[in-house]
Amino acid sequence: MVPIQYFIGLSAILFTIGILGVLIRRNAIIIFMSVELMLNSANLAFITFARMYQSLDGQVFVFFVMAVAAAEVAVGLALIVAIFRNKQSIDVDQINSLHG
Amino acid sequence: MWLSEAVSSGPQFFYLVPLVVLFPVIGLLVNTAFGGRMSEKAIGWLASAAAGLSFVVAVLLGISLLSYPEGAVVPIVDWITIGELNINWGFQVDTLSVTMMLVVAGVGTLIHIYSIGYMHDDVRFQGDPGRYQRFFVFMNLFIAMMMILVSADNYLMLFVGWEGVGLCSYLLIGFWYDKGENGIGNAVAGKKAFIANRIGDFGFILAAFIMFWVFGTFEFNAVFELAPEVASLFPAAIVAITLLMLVGVTGKSAQIPLFVWLPDAMAGPTPVSALIHAATMVTAGVYLITRSAALYNLVPQVQNIVALVGAATALFAATIAVGQFDIKKVLAYSTISQLGFMVAAVGMGAYVAGMFHLVTHAFFKALLFLSAGSVILGLEHAHHHMEHNSQLKLPMDENDLHFDPQDMRNMGGLRNRMKISFWVYLIGAIALTGIPPLAGFWSKDEILTDAANFNPLAYWMMLAAAFLTAFYMGRQILMVWFGKPRSLPAEHANESPPIITVPLIILAALAATGGALNLPMWHTFTHWLEDSLGHLHAAEFSLQIAGLSSFLVLAAIFLAWLLYGRKYQAMQELPPDKRPDDPLRPILGPVFNALNHKWWVDELYWTIIINPYVSLAHFLADVVDWRFWHDWFHDTVIVGGYNKLTQVLSIQIDLGVIDAVANKLGDSVKRAAAKWRVIETGYVRNYALSFFIGVVLILGYLILR
Amino acid sequence: MNYYIDPLTLVTFFPVIGIVVLLFLRADQKVHARWVALITSLITFGISLAILAQFNPANPDLQMVVNIPWIQVAGWNISYFMGVDGLSILLILLTTLLTSLSILSTWTAVQDRVKEFMIFFLFLEMGMLGVFLAQDLFLFYVFWEFTLVPMYMLIGIWGGKRRIYAAIKFFLYTMAGSILMLLAILWLGIYQDTFNVPELAAMGGIPPNLQFWLFLAFGAAFAIKVPMWPLHSWLPDAHVEAPTAGSVILAGVLLKMGTYGFLRFNLQLFPIASVKLAPWVAALAVIGILYGAAVSYAQKDVKKLVAYSSVSHLGFVMLGLFALNSQGVQGGILQMINHGISTGALFLIVGMLYERRHTRDMDAFGGLWKVMPIYGALTLIVVLSSMGLPGLNGFVGEFAILLGSWGAGLPGGVLGSPWFTALAALGIILAAVYLLYMFQKLFLGPVTKEENRVLSDINWREILTLAPLIILIFWIGLYPNPFLNLMSASVDQLLNAMQTAAVAGIP
Repeated sequence: MVPIQYFIGLSAILFTIGILGVLIRRNAIIIFMSVELMLNSANLAFITFARMYQSLDGQVFVFFVMAVAAAEVAVGLALIVAIFRNKQSIDVDQINSLHG
Repeated sequence: MWLSEAVSSGPQFFYLVPLVVLFPVIGLLVNTAFGGRMSEKAIGWLASAAAGLSFVVAVLLGISLLSYPEGAVVPIVDWITIGELNINWGFQVDTLSVTMMLVVAGVGTLIHIYSIGYMHDDVRFQGDPGRYQRFFVFMNLFIAMMMILVSADNYLMLFVGWEGVGLCSYLLIGFWYDKGENGIGNAVAGKKAFIANRIGDFGFILAAFIMFWVFGTFEFNAVFELAPEVASLFPAAIVAITLLMLVGVTGKSAQIPLFVWLPDAMAGPTPVSALIHAATMVTAGVYLITRSAALYNLVPQVQNIVALVGAATALFAATIAVGQFDIKKVLAYSTISQLGFMVAAVGMGAYVAGMFHLVTHAFFKALLFLSAGSVILGLEHAHHHMEHNSQLKLPMDENDLHFDPQDMRNMGGLRNRMKISFWVYLIGAIALTGIPPLAGFWSKDEILTDAANFNPLAYWMMLAAAFLTAFYMGRQILMVWFGKPRSLPAEHANESPPIITVPLIILAALAATGGALNLPMWHTFTHWLEDSLGHLHAAEFSLQIAGLSSFLVLAAIFLAWLLYGRKYQAMQELPPDKRPDDPLRPILGPVFNALNHKWWVDELYWTIIINPYVSLAHFLADVVDWRFWHDWFHDTVIVGGYNKLTQVLSIQIDLGVIDAVANKLGDSVKRAAAKWRVIETGYVRNYALSFFIGVVLILGYLILR
Repeated sequence: MNYYIDPLTLVTFFPVIGIVVLLFLRADQKVHARWVALITSLITFGISLAILAQFNPANPDLQMVVNIPWIQVAGWNISYFMGVDGLSILLILLTTLLTSLSILSTWTAVQDRVKEFMIFFLFLEMGMLGVFLAQDLFLFYVFWEFTLVPMYMLIGIWGGKRRIYAAIKFFLYTMAGSILMLLAILWLGIYQDTFNVPELAAMGGIPPNLQFWLFLAFGAAFAIKVPMWPLHSWLPDAHVEAPTAGSVILAGVLLKMGTYGFLRFNLQLFPIASVKLAPWVAALAVIGILYGAAVSYAQKDVKKLVAYSSVSHLGFVMLGLFALNSQGVQGGILQMINHGISTGALFLIVGMLYERRHTRDMDAFGGLWKVMPIYGALTLIVVLSSMGLPGLNGFVGEFAILLGSWGAGLPGGVLGSPWFTALAALGIILAAVYLLYMFQKLFLGPVTKEENRVLSDINWREILTLAPLIILIFWIGLYPNPFLNLMSASVDQLLNAMQTAAVAGIP
């Protein structure tokens, strides 16, 4: 039986990688992948705790998250394509129209 | 034997009384509806037949009264019922009302027949034959209204006829509404008559209000029965009623101060002047006072006023008649004067004398007017003939083209050309002046006798008026019929056709013999009227008074002959520019001018009543109502004030205060934002970092608290 | 199932059926629009005759009552309460008759937006009927305000040159008065806990000084509508600018809403104030009579002359109502009808002339009797009726009013002085002055203007428009009792109730 701390630790490590990826990288697709990484780290944490408490709620949530992630991918990729068409780049530093 | 039996249980036709109104109404309705498709003769005879049938009914009623002298009240249907107010359409048949009916329908029928001939020519000379039908409709309407007036059994129905005849008078005076001064003169004369009558009616109606609230009814019999009782309770009420009725009488019977409309009323066709403005309508006031004898008898002070008003009118109008040149105007002022005699008589309580004079006056004044109409027609004919005949046209000068066929200065010598008209005119004039034994003598003498007994002041005024009457009639006879013709049409005038002269002859016969109604030895008429009015005193014939008045009359005629028979003829030889138009002018000077201008009463009324009212109306309408109230108050004060207020609100308050506060707030936010905006880099990761830091902080807070 | 529709609802809302039909017409179907409106209004008139047949003159109370709760929230007690009695039955008939005749008079006069014109006209009829039938203050107020809108449109769209000015003025003046009335209505409804007029009247118990203020608040709305001097400034504008049919309805019916309001609400609900204020109202009425008559005389525009004559005539009505005796009040009600008939007819007559010559300046006419004899004769009858010639309708009303006000002026009467009557009777003389002046200007004298020489006499349709009014002029003048009988029971009851209340209320 692998102790629960290992799962939580892995989840935390994955989440940190995801955060750092989002904050540091400039390529929109990489950022996107980092977001996916964060979602999956959260999934891992859900499943871990579901197993620990012998409750199905966590499992169900994971399914929701996966579904949302799939939808997000669809919308996100479409956005990235649209941005690329506009700017000929997917470097997020180029996209600063909101600059005050 | 059988005669007394027949009299005591003779025929009784009282239920027929509505027909006296109904026949003329039917006549006018038929003429209105189908007159357009009927011939002139048919229209005229239908109207005359309607009036004639009324006369027949009146005669039947008179016959019934011989057997049933108390008469009857014939109610037809209720009219106005409100609370305790209850007025009927009802007819009163008694000797007084039947007398009036006989006069109205009798004289009326003759004048209708006369009009068939007269209006045939009149509508052609005036250029509108279409009005023939209208004339007879109005005439029948007049007969109907006059019948309502005299046959009413209550004051309000009497008032219907009272105003109704005023309407007919208005319509018929303005019959030639596009003629007269400036084309509108006749219409204005009609309006003047109506409004003067309305002023009188104002008095009448106020009297009716008092009467209702004091007596509780308008019915003659009930009012007269209650009168003595009321007189003891509210003496002032009777005084007020009788005085206000006198106002009505001055309007309708053309007494001072409302007489001014009657001379102008001569603008109507001559048969109208004869029927309405001489024989019947204008005597309605005399009838009213006679009818209300039971009220007037209770207030001697008012009777005195009535008598003086009448006598003063008699004298005043007689003076004016002396200065007139229009043949009809002379007769008009004569009518006013004679009405003054009648009013004075009934004012003195001499009701029989007043009614007697009313009847005889109806005969001879209608006769005078109608024969004057015959003269006018003769001159118009001749003038018309000359205008359209090139041979005769040559001698006409400028004066003759604007020929006035009513001006006596254009007449003269007509007795040779119009013989019948002359003789009947002479009979009428003698009857009017009061030379025995023609009708006027008896009736006027009776009035004078009563006046001598009761009211010396009125007596002297009326004696003077009688003198002037003889003088102006003498003047008129001499100017019209004697001497030499003073114009071309007068030279060529011809007698009128029989349809005109036959009614004249009948009226002349009546005027000559009418005095027989109430000869001093029998007092037939007095006894006849006693059935309606209760006991009447009959003036005893006084040889002294009759002699005095006859002497005055003859003196006046002699004076007239001196002036107009001799001097006037002599004056004709003078060149026109040096010739005075009247022999009295050099003698009387400015006084004659005053007479000629009717003592400037019209001008006086214009100055003190009409002009101020017109100015007031315009002032109220233009200045008060429009410029002040409409334009200034509404548009300037309310609308303008509101506009001002909204401007102040929108500029000073709204823009200056509320808007300013909002704008200042916005500005300060803007300034703050300019400082803060630098933190917005636009880089996604910066935002993501801030999310992250935020999440960490919140989680940290949640965990560590 | 019971499909019975009560007659009052039917008569009030029947014009709506015509409106619905009109909505289905195309804008260019003018003739159809006219016929639909005419037939609708004629059927409405027929229904009102049926109501008359069902009406029992001996019964002084409201009849054919319908009373359905309508708004019953938060202590408000408003119902759809309609009923007819002797005070209103004649006004209902007058409304439906004049509406039909007005529509007939627009046959050629109104050429643009016929459909919309007819729609507004029928709406107006509905509103007016509602005003006269409503027995619930709130319902009354709704109808009262409702009539403003179509009239505003009729003046503002189909009016003359200054129509917008006149329409707005008309609207605002009337509105200003109504606001005060609304406050008074709300006060009554809330503190007396009902809007039901007969109940309010029976309840009594409003303290005299409060009655005084409520009287003034209601009176403000009604006095503007009547219009009483000096609140008449909107009237000449509205009349002159309104199309003929609008003027007819305005003078014939809308003004009567004011006098009817005084009769139904002020007299019934505030008897003590009515008795106390009667001399003041009568004074204003008499001023209105004389002032209106004088101002009429000075007009050049014939329509304005007729408009100002309304101020004078309605003064008579007010004087009669506030004589507070049966002669005065019945005369006043009858005079409302008479004024509707004769002034309505005068406006129709002026409209016919305007349609031919497109001017109303009296100087532009003269001698028309010669050119248009039938028209002249009919006008003469109407003019005589308007100036109160005995034997025609105007006399019966004016006589009864003056007789009543004279009685009220005697010691013990509410007016306290016969001078009111004496001065008002002067108005009869002045009426002859301005009306004969008008008749002379238009019809008498020679024909001076060439364009008047070729005018055509009135046609059959126009005669048909005037004929019912002429018949009524004679009928009421010669035999008014059928009309007086309709109202006498209700008027007597009203006066008795007032007397009881006034005696009880004055300490």
